[in-house]
Amino acid sequence: MGSFFKGAVAALLATALFGPISLNSASAAEGVAIPEQHWSFSAPFGSFDNEARQRGLQVYREVCSACHSLDYIAFRNLEALGYSEEQVKALAAQYTIEDGPNDEGDMFERPGKPSDYFPSPFPNAKAAAAANGGAAPPDLSLIAKARPHGPDYIYALLTGYEEPPADFQLMEGLNYNAYFPGHQIAMAAPLSEGAVEFSDGTPATVDQMAHDVTTFLMWTAEPHLDASREMGIKVMLFLVVFCFMLYAVKRKIWHDIH
Amino acid sequence: MSKTNSNPLVRWIDHRLPVFTFLDHELHEYPTPRNLNYWWNFGSLAGIVLVIMIVTGIMLAMQYTAHVDYAFESVERIMRDVNYGWLLRYIHMNGASFFFIVVYIHIFRGLYYGSYKAPRELLWILGVVILLVMMATAFMGYVLPWGQMSFWGAKVITNLFSAIPGIGESIVIWLWGGFTVDNPTLNRFFSLHYLLPFILVAIVVLHLVALHRFGSNNPLGIDAKGPQDKIPFHPYYTIKDAFGLGVFFLFFAWVVFFYPNFFGEPDNYIPANPLSTPAHIVPEWYFLPFYAILRSIPSKLGGVIAMFGAIAILFIVPWLDRSPVRSGKFRSWGFKILFWLLFVDCIILGVVGANPPEGSWLTVGRLATAWYFLHFLLFLPLLSVYEKPKPLPHSISEPVLKGGGSPAGALSQPMEKA
Amino acid sequence: MADGAHTAGADDGETRRDFLLLTTVAMGAVGVGSVAWPIIDSMNPSAEVLALASTEVDLSPMSEGQRITVTWRGNPVFIDYRTEEQIEEARGVDIETLRDPELDQDRVQEAKWLIIIGVCTHLGCVPLGQKVGDPRGDFGGWFCPCHGSHYDTSGRIRKGPAPLNLPVPPYAMSDGKVLIG
Repeated sequence: MGSFFKGAVAALLATALFGPISLNSASAAEGVAIPEQHWSFSAPFGSFDNEARQRGLQVYREVCSACHSLDYIAFRNLEALGYSEEQVKALAAQYTIEDGPNDEGDMFERPGKPSDYFPSPFPNAKAAAAANGGAAPPDLSLIAKARPHGPDYIYALLTGYEEPPADFQLMEGLNYNAYFPGHQIAMAAPLSEGAVEFSDGTPATVDQMAHDVTTFLMWTAEPHLDASREMGIKVMLFLVVFCFMLYAVKRKIWHDIH
Repeated sequence: MSKTNSNPLVRWIDHRLPVFTFLDHELHEYPTPRNLNYWWNFGSLAGIVLVIMIVTGIMLAMQYTAHVDYAFESVERIMRDVNYGWLLRYIHMNGASFFFIVVYIHIFRGLYYGSYKAPRELLWILGVVILLVMMATAFMGYVLPWGQMSFWGAKVITNLFSAIPGIGESIVIWLWGGFTVDNPTLNRFFSLHYLLPFILVAIVVLHLVALHRFGSNNPLGIDAKGPQDKIPFHPYYTIKDAFGLGVFFLFFAWVVFFYPNFFGEPDNYIPANPLSTPAHIVPEWYFLPFYAILRSIPSKLGGVIAMFGAIAILFIVPWLDRSPVRSGKFRSWGFKILFWLLFVDCIILGVVGANPPEGSWLTVGRLATAWYFLHFLLFLPLLSVYEKPKPLPHSISEPVLKGGGSPAGALSQPMEKA
Repeated sequence: MADGAHTAGADDGETRRDFLLLTTVAMGAVGVGSVAWPIIDSMNPSAEVLALASTEVDLSPMSEGQRITVTWRGNPVFIDYRTEEQIEEARGVDIETLRDPELDQDRVQEAKWLIIIGVCTHLGCVPLGQKVGDPRGDFGGWFCPCHGSHYDTSGRIRKGPAPLNLPVPPYAMSDGKVLIG
């Protein structure tokens, strides 16, 4: 095994040198480093902070939902954030959902039920684009997985609105953002100090709201993250023990050969 | 022998359908070289990963909808609403990556130890066929979630066939079932993606039949001289394979449970939009070296030929390498360096494939592509003719002395631990 | 699969009860078993199917004698706002004479509301009797046209091949509404 193994280690080191470049090519090409944030749900062992998610839901409902849909989240899913069945029912009922056709053949409106999904602010993608200068605001359910550096990027974007540098040509109707690819984004800065009043009394700074809505959006993208990590720990522990035992049995069986 | 099995039911069945005798012969007493090292684990690992892919794939197919309007949504439904759907999906998704990791290591093992040499040429060729079918399966599988990369990757790669002179355009339209990648394409990819793994199983069976014809190669590359050089597959290699499997599962579980999107592209979490091309169209990592080769040739047809050529060349390796010595262990330092250079070259090609084909990336990609073909077509054949190999040990069981084996020697101790 | 014996040139035919081996095999079995559960469970109803497992119906617009059909878990559910006569008729039956003996009182939470699953217990057709003008069979309830099963005003089988009464789904009533399932 000697020389082959040594060669393997050497090759792996070569790979390690190239590794950081290859797998995140998109951001490397953009050249803008996305600052890393601390998240309660960071890999490998983090988990979601309930309070942050609830505040994030509030930010979504009061700020983002005016333009951004959340198509894959049903009201019943919100129980995962720590709400009771009653609270979820009440929250759902605040929404008006289109249903039908009824026996007369007409569509009608009714209060939301837990099984309903968050309604979209626009009837279809083209209406969304038309109402937003030609660029449809993306659905936010998966946004935390749909961008390189996911949560760090969302946070950076939300807090990255600033004055453009002196020599920068900002086009009509666009806003300068330090982290958006190309630096010109159709969305105006959505968060401002105190835009939301958190029921738990947390001061609604831009940083806080950005942090909380990002946590919420990481959950909408990966609702089973907590369950996955929990299962993962059990599986890894089992496997570590199991591997030791398999190796011991292997040594025992091979003893007379060696 | 199952004929003398104590269980009368076993004897009754075996007399009529000798499955127990067969298993006994091929998996239990089957004589295997005693000196196999852990690089020999990767064959059985590949087989097990194939089973995992088929099982998870069938469960996913129960919940997936192969229609452009529903595919993406059905995958999200699997991730969110189906019990353990997220686990099945992540196992299947990452299983593909691990399948290629295992198979690539398995191939490099074969290249180093000369496992492709006579009389195992057909075994090797069947292996290359397996690689091709794997690649087709993986390519079509990636299209199914109908994300941005699914769609645009499909568009780019299927478009390549238009490079075929004359009939190219018709072939592409025929592949697509229309004038662009759309619903007919998705549906047929689903059908074929379900079919190919079972064809793969059949080819794997042939691969194993070919293997059992002459038995496994071994790190010394010399044939067994007698029964003292071999040990029964069970329990020695069953337990060793089980241990290797356990270690494999450790790595696999680490990715599946904690970094399930490590190998993936964020763009594929955006539903496919035929009107919006992503800034960088990248295939899955295991295709990157071939993608780099494709894009390093300025002509479209040339690129396609080079890309398929890179795999086709593997078919003829048994005849490109003229060395009478099998294992790299006893070949010249030149061979060893050449081997590791090939490995590093493949890594470089992979990195190049992940980046836009411009500037220094393009230059490096062209050099690396040239090196790849030169390795097989020039360096390896020349080296194999002119190198001075080391003297081979007399047998697998003979004690190995430092600095090379001495030809004759009394049979004293067995080989050191593999 | 593996026993404790070494077959490579060794002489022993003895099988040693090897604690290490036994534990390892046991762990392996546990591992395989725990892998089997997610595979099997993934075929169970998914979350969004379970979310639609209940149907709420507003009964206030109904009038006495009216029958409506609602859908619950993919099946028709008959809601019958029974008249006094229908209730009396149902309660006047000697249950010893019934193929599937059941008291009407045991089939309703409130006497005037009969809520039953409208699937014939013979071979699964939807019995007639919900619409005005439909045949109701010989017992004033429902009539299944497929093979001639007659159900009474409590939905119990009285005549014909069906073996059991029309089933009563789980339900809860509260201020003018019923939650089925």
